[in-house]
Amino acid sequence: MSWILSAEEIQSEDRHRVGGKGYALSLLAKNGFKIPRTVCITSDAYQEYLLQTGLRERILMELHRKDFKEMRWEEIWDCATRIRNMFLSKPFPEKLAREIRAAIGDRFRDTPVAVRSSAPEEDDTRSSFAGLHESFINVAGVESIVKHIRLVWASLWSDAALLYRQEIGLDVEKSAMAVVIQETVAGDRSGVVFTRNPNDETQGIVESVYGLNQGLVDGTVEPDRWIVDRARNTIITHTPPERKYWMIPGPNGVRLSKLPEEKSGRPPLTLQDLDVVFKTARKAEDSFQMPQDVEWTYDGEALVLLQSRPITTLSSDKSQDDRGWYLSLHRSFDNLKDLRRKIEDKLIPEMIAVAESLSAVNPATLSDQDLAAEIRNRWEINHKWVNIYWADFIPYAHGVRMFGQVYNDAVQPDDPYEFIDLLTNTDMASIARNNMLMDLAGIIRSNHHLAEKLKHGDHSDLDADFQSMVAEFIDKFGDLSCAVTGGKNCVLGPGPLYRLLLEMAAHQPATRAGRKRDRIRQLHENYLNCFDGDQKARAAELLELARSSYQLRDDDNIYLGRIEAQLLTAVQEAKRRLENGSGRQTSATLKQVLGEVNFGTESPPADPASTVIGERLKARQLVGQPAGPGIAKGKARVIRNHSDLADFERGEVLVCDAVDPNITFVVPLAAAVVERRGGMLIHGAIIAREYGLPCITGIPDATTLIQTGDAMTVDGYLGIVTLGDSGL
Amino acid sequence: MAANRTDIDMMDANEKFRMRLGELFRTQNLAALSTHQDGQPYASLVAFYAADNLKHIYFATPETTRKFANLTSDNRVAVMVNSSTNQASDFHQAISVTAVGKAAVITGSEREPIVEQYLAKHPYLEEFVRSPSCALVRVTVYSYYMVKNFQNVMELHLEP
Repeated sequence: MSWILSAEEIQSEDRHRVGGKGYALSLLAKNGFKIPRTVCITSDAYQEYLLQTGLRERILMELHRKDFKEMRWEEIWDCATRIRNMFLSKPFPEKLAREIRAAIGDRFRDTPVAVRSSAPEEDDTRSSFAGLHESFINVAGVESIVKHIRLVWASLWSDAALLYRQEIGLDVEKSAMAVVIQETVAGDRSGVVFTRNPNDETQGIVESVYGLNQGLVDGTVEPDRWIVDRARNTIITHTPPERKYWMIPGPNGVRLSKLPEEKSGRPPLTLQDLDVVFKTARKAEDSFQMPQDVEWTYDGEALVLLQSRPITTLSSDKSQDDRGWYLSLHRSFDNLKDLRRKIEDKLIPEMIAVAESLSAVNPATLSDQDLAAEIRNRWEINHKWVNIYWADFIPYAHGVRMFGQVYNDAVQPDDPYEFIDLLTNTDMASIARNNMLMDLAGIIRSNHHLAEKLKHGDHSDLDADFQSMVAEFIDKFGDLSCAVTGGKNCVLGPGPLYRLLLEMAAHQPATRAGRKRDRIRQLHENYLNCFDGDQKARAAELLELARSSYQLRDDDNIYLGRIEAQLLTAVQEAKRRLENGSGRQTSATLKQVLGEVNFGTESPPADPASTVIGERLKARQLVGQPAGPGIAKGKARVIRNHSDLADFERGEVLVCDAVDPNITFVVPLAAAVVERRGGMLIHGAIIAREYGLPCITGIPDATTLIQTGDAMTVDGYLGIVTLGDSGL
Repeated sequence: MAANRTDIDMMDANEKFRMRLGELFRTQNLAALSTHQDGQPYASLVAFYAADNLKHIYFATPETTRKFANLTSDNRVAVMVNSSTNQASDFHQAISVTAVGKAAVITGSEREPIVEQYLAKHPYLEEFVRSPSCALVRVTVYSYYMVKNFQNVMELHLEP
């Protein structure tokens, strides 16, 4: 078993151990092409690492918490984050570390290198993993190279790679990873050649940029592009771009820089160079006997091939399209910064203004015709904002994930979710709402007369100050009777609000978990101390972005809920008129509009029967993701309809399908939170952390297997819900 | 009243539970039996056979054994069957089932048909089972507790 092979040592029987990229480089070297100094860490080394550290089974346990098909992307991202952290935090086994360090030290010393993934599966399946596994460039020093080898290994288990492997039916248990380490050639002109155009087999394509290839590969630097006739070796077209930037080596990687003026006026390749590049790539095609996608760079006058791989996909290839989709789950830092400006400066103020202007019109004062028109109008406005929510707000949540990864890579903490502690000191709208509820409950607690009136359902002639505070609350957040995103069933009037306030008044609810300021300050310092110079400023900027992303992840639903509440209020009024049975004309108009906006007669989902014929299947222990630490016991309150919230009692465990910020007003009363939908960064987990409550997410069938009233224990450390007592 | 969605979900889950249980009992030969003597638990390995309806689990034991003495003095027992293979992969792959019920020794005309079925699964135990000193024991199961995915536990309580 060889753990390290240089390109020249690789034989045909090593193909599977060095992966497609490593093997292709060895063939290029053997066939006389100039390649950078290259060694390959074989997949045997990866297997040895997994075996010695016990990681193989840890990874599989992580992936088998539940059926992979039942995992949402967010849960897969969480799995990938935990696995990545395992790779970073497990010490390298001594013997393997010694051999790798020695081999790297001998060959590269302090020379910067690229550390690239080379997955054997790529070779087996003829499927391209390009972009799904990570590669790092301009890495220098033995320790840094070793760290990046681990990161490449971990990228075998990235969210995108896991999804893609499932999509094309590869067995994750058989996955392995080889790593190619290649001396960095600081070429001043680089590019790629497709020896055959995927759209026209008589043509080839050459693309070229000044500086390093990374700008071209990741799309940040636009290349000069030539279409070449394969048979005649002549240029068919040349498309020059506006040459503005180039990618050059920088501290810890590469950096995008302004292209010097003398270069921007002429293409990176002369006609003679172009001829040499294309002919060399064609020779590679002849060697591999397949059309190739060749990456190259000019080191002075010497043409160096960086990698060559078969062109596996034509433009209509489906898997290629899907891979693009998986990759799109991740946004760039710049893209997120743009989104932040758009959301904070434009969308949120607009949402608030829209909700306010809608609330200025009281549906009760409108004629039937006008009410019908108002419902249509509100439905369209709501629909528009739901679309914006999906297009802009959901992708913005990636800011938290990006920060999480940067934090974990830099700090390498034991707990992969330590980074969340740096994000929680924000002023979320849902917390402001809950604080207002607590203030109202405080008034009731100190005013026995008021409490008695509310208990008896007498809402007339209430204390004026109290009434105006309630009015202010309803104005801001609605009366909580039906403001659930996507909800259709409302309870009429402020009854549920008073019921909730009485419960809060009777029992002192949980207050927001006090954060230890010193600890947060220390985490903050530790994080920033991992970076130098420009990188430090960027790290601080990313933290700011993540804080905004974290806060907005919750707030956006509250703002959206306010708009939806306005639609529901108008719908409510129409339903009331229909029930009261005004004229036939009225009924037809209002019925029609309710049908159009899909608020027609729909019965709420029935409560499940408590027993199933004959024998009884019961859950005893249910495993999800530990999303908030702590242990709590309490009776389950399963939320199947919005109206179930009105019965919520202090000390119960909130069990629901998906926690929406518009229902988290009961969380201060809860002992713990359990959710069917999975993820560490979903609303249930966020709000539970804010109140320091145990939380478990991602329990399949939680609302089916758990019944209201079930005694349950929530272990937020291990992610285990236990139902019932210890009797048999 | 028509069954609602939750009922149907639970019926599916019930069916799946029974299928997994049947599969496990078909593929495993050995079970761990728990008995006790004066409150001191005692565990033994037995070759078992389970009836298709999952109501009964059978095993054979010489009448001179501790387990036999224990179960004749208190018939409450537990039987554990699992699919572990002594590999690390057990932690994500193995299923373990504990059955709780009461044991009784089968005698008379009831014995032979069960012996036939028992031997169909364990043909190498013919001499053993047919020995006059060997008892055939039937455990009537009240409840099953199935553990999978490391810590997921579901219970099936059978109709009495």
